[in-house]
Amino acid sequence: MQKATKVLIILFLIFVISIFYISLNRDTSYNTSSLINKELPEFEISFFNEKKFYKNNDLKKNNYTLINFWASWCAPCRTEHPILMKLSQEKNLKIFGVNFKDKKIHADQFLKELGNPYAFIGKDINGKQSVRFGIYGIPESILINKNLLIMKKFVGPLSSDDLSQIVEIIN
Amino acid sequence: MLSNLGNSILFLCVILSLSIIYFANQSLKTPEGKISKIIYQFSLVQSCLIIVCFFTLIAAFIVSDFSLITVYQNSHTSKPILYKISGTWGNHEGSLLLWAIILTIFSFLFLVYNNNHPKKFRLLTLIVQNILILGFLFFILFNSNPFSSLVPAPNEGLGLNPILQDPALAIHPPLLYIGFVGSSIYFSAAIASLISNYSSNSFSLSIKNWVLVSWCFQSLGILVGSIWAYYELGWGGFWFWDPVENASLLPWFAMTALFHSLIVFERRNIFYFWVIILCLMTFILSVMGTFLVRSGILNSVHTFASDPSRGLYILSFLSLMIFGSIFLLFKKYKTENYNLNQNSKETFILINNWFMMFYLVTVLLGTIYPIFTDAITNNQISVGPPFYNTIIIPIVVFFLLFMAVGPRVKWIKNKFEDLKIYIFILIGSLLINFLITYFLESYSILSNLIIISALFLISSSLVDGIKELKKNRLDYARIISHASFGFLVLFIGLNDIFSIEKDYNIKLGETKKFENYSIKFQTLDLKEFSNYKAVVGELEVLNTDTNKKNILNPEIRIYDNPQTLTYEASIKSNFLRDYYLTMSNIDRSDYYNIKFQRKPLMIWIWISVVMIVIGGFLRIFTNAKSN
Repeated sequence: MQKATKVLIILFLIFVISIFYISLNRDTSYNTSSLINKELPEFEISFFNEKKFYKNNDLKKNNYTLINFWASWCAPCRTEHPILMKLSQEKNLKIFGVNFKDKKIHADQFLKELGNPYAFIGKDINGKQSVRFGIYGIPESILINKNLLIMKKFVGPLSSDDLSQIVEIIN
Repeated sequence: MLSNLGNSILFLCVILSLSIIYFANQSLKTPEGKISKIIYQFSLVQSCLIIVCFFTLIAAFIVSDFSLITVYQNSHTSKPILYKISGTWGNHEGSLLLWAIILTIFSFLFLVYNNNHPKKFRLLTLIVQNILILGFLFFILFNSNPFSSLVPAPNEGLGLNPILQDPALAIHPPLLYIGFVGSSIYFSAAIASLISNYSSNSFSLSIKNWVLVSWCFQSLGILVGSIWAYYELGWGGFWFWDPVENASLLPWFAMTALFHSLIVFERRNIFYFWVIILCLMTFILSVMGTFLVRSGILNSVHTFASDPSRGLYILSFLSLMIFGSIFLLFKKYKTENYNLNQNSKETFILINNWFMMFYLVTVLLGTIYPIFTDAITNNQISVGPPFYNTIIIPIVVFFLLFMAVGPRVKWIKNKFEDLKIYIFILIGSLLINFLITYFLESYSILSNLIIISALFLISSSLVDGIKELKKNRLDYARIISHASFGFLVLFIGLNDIFSIEKDYNIKLGETKKFENYSIKFQTLDLKEFSNYKAVVGELEVLNTDTNKKNILNPEIRIYDNPQTLTYEASIKSNFLRDYYLTMSNIDRSDYYNIKFQRKPLMIWIWISVVMIVIGGFLRIFTNAKSN
């Protein structure tokens, strides 16, 4: 085997392993506690059904907003859905669903099947907007108040404990 | 107490591994003679101890000893006993212990069953394998210890994720691990062969059954996982190109390429370095798969809790393995001159390997590409089924054609004597395909090509079988595996073309009609089970053509610990089709959403895979007989 080939193979492997290493470290920096009491980042998320955009100011009208990132292909989203349905009955809270990297037919289907807890729905087809919120995997939810300050962030499916926490905060 | 016992045994296993390495190293100094008895004895004791260690953990799960963190996090007193036991390997720590067991047992068996190979090669294999064992034991002891204790012990555990409480999932990890981890033994053997210059074709005899064993179990593991996803996840398919599914498929491609290359290596004494590369690659891919799943850097339906320190450990281990083996390979590598005739069995097997490498690279790219774009450009993307289907499916057509012709081709130099038979088979396949599409009224060029090539492979394998039978030289293993692979692709093709999928919101007592079916929502019951409650629907599916009725009972389950809602599909299978029905409630209304699917020939897809594996096991038996 020629020396150049050997060097190339080794360089390629070093590259792959460094990428893996970088990806690992990205996960360690993922800490939700640092987000609390920070203001929500600027965002622009398009409407689910129309060619309009939701922006930060749209959320100032609500006392509390729970931004929930979900997709029809995400199995844990199914498990948290009943919790969202319960939360949707809270008067003080509006749920903003961000449909993440999903197809519209499947998303519609999902809501038809499990019910629609969302006061409004936006879509993030390529997942770019969600990155601004620090979303790594879904489901994730962010609870914000009227002043757009982050009260709490929930990683993974909402549990019944999370449900009671949210209810406590908003009442 | 169990915590102390488990930790002590693990510690003893470390000492045994070190001793085996020491004694094997001593024994290397005297090249002649037999391997000393003490090495056999230590290996045996090591295997027994690690099994005892595993049973200790199982016992902790059975008696619900929540003083162990692993048991506390993954079990609950109200779990049925089967799931208490399967909870042992349904979590990260326990499954690593399973890794260590398989590494150890394979190490011992390899030592015992390879008497007629050079002493140096066997000892070096043992040393390399024990270095791997040590690596995993340290990982278990210092990072992912299943015997870590919790003081004071809680009264109750957190429970096992309900979607993991399933018989298929109870056996899925052990099967898959025998495949994954089993490949370690030929990784070690390949390193040993490079160091000891044991490069004659008898090397292939030492590993071929191990390759086949791991391949068979890997295939079964993938199958069981796929069946589980079919009825548990409620998506109604058998393969979703989920990154974790892909991670199990990557070593499978390498193994398949490997045992085909081994045939050439054994027969013609060529491809030595290619065989070595495949041996190394298979286990490296297995460890890489583990890294991707356990470090949590992939987004997937498999919700393993992620912990970066685990990822870092596996990554360091993986890097050591990769660079160690690459260094050795480069040092020993000599260019091989094949001089293959283009029309020979060797060439056809090489072509099989190209196909396997093509699939491997495609799936590997699709799986790790999102990680790369995320790390380099901060751009999160995901690679879905369209990518795989577009790239892989058209190539399958050529693959099947080569697979049909390859086994008939002679070694060294072939003449196509029976071209007529192939033309005859091809015309037959075309006819059957047109009959299928004519009567069932569906057409697409690609799916027809797939069906034709699958039929071509099946028929030529069968014709081959009959010919061999006449000569009394029937190679059952190959005929069964190859024909079954043809059947697998055929059934997948037909299943894809002739599936029906309908979706309705329906109230109790209502009937929905479509095509030649009507579905009636008859009753709804609430049932209580030991660890969950279930809302069970009763729906009657009537085929108006045949007037046959089927009752399906989809469920919505509410588990207690942890509290979770799951949707259980109801499936009625027969030999021709599956009816598949899922039901979910729509809040604040008395409507239920149902999703009905008719999936033709579903059961045959599973049976085909089982038959392919049976072919593999038959090969192991014929190999064992001829030895």
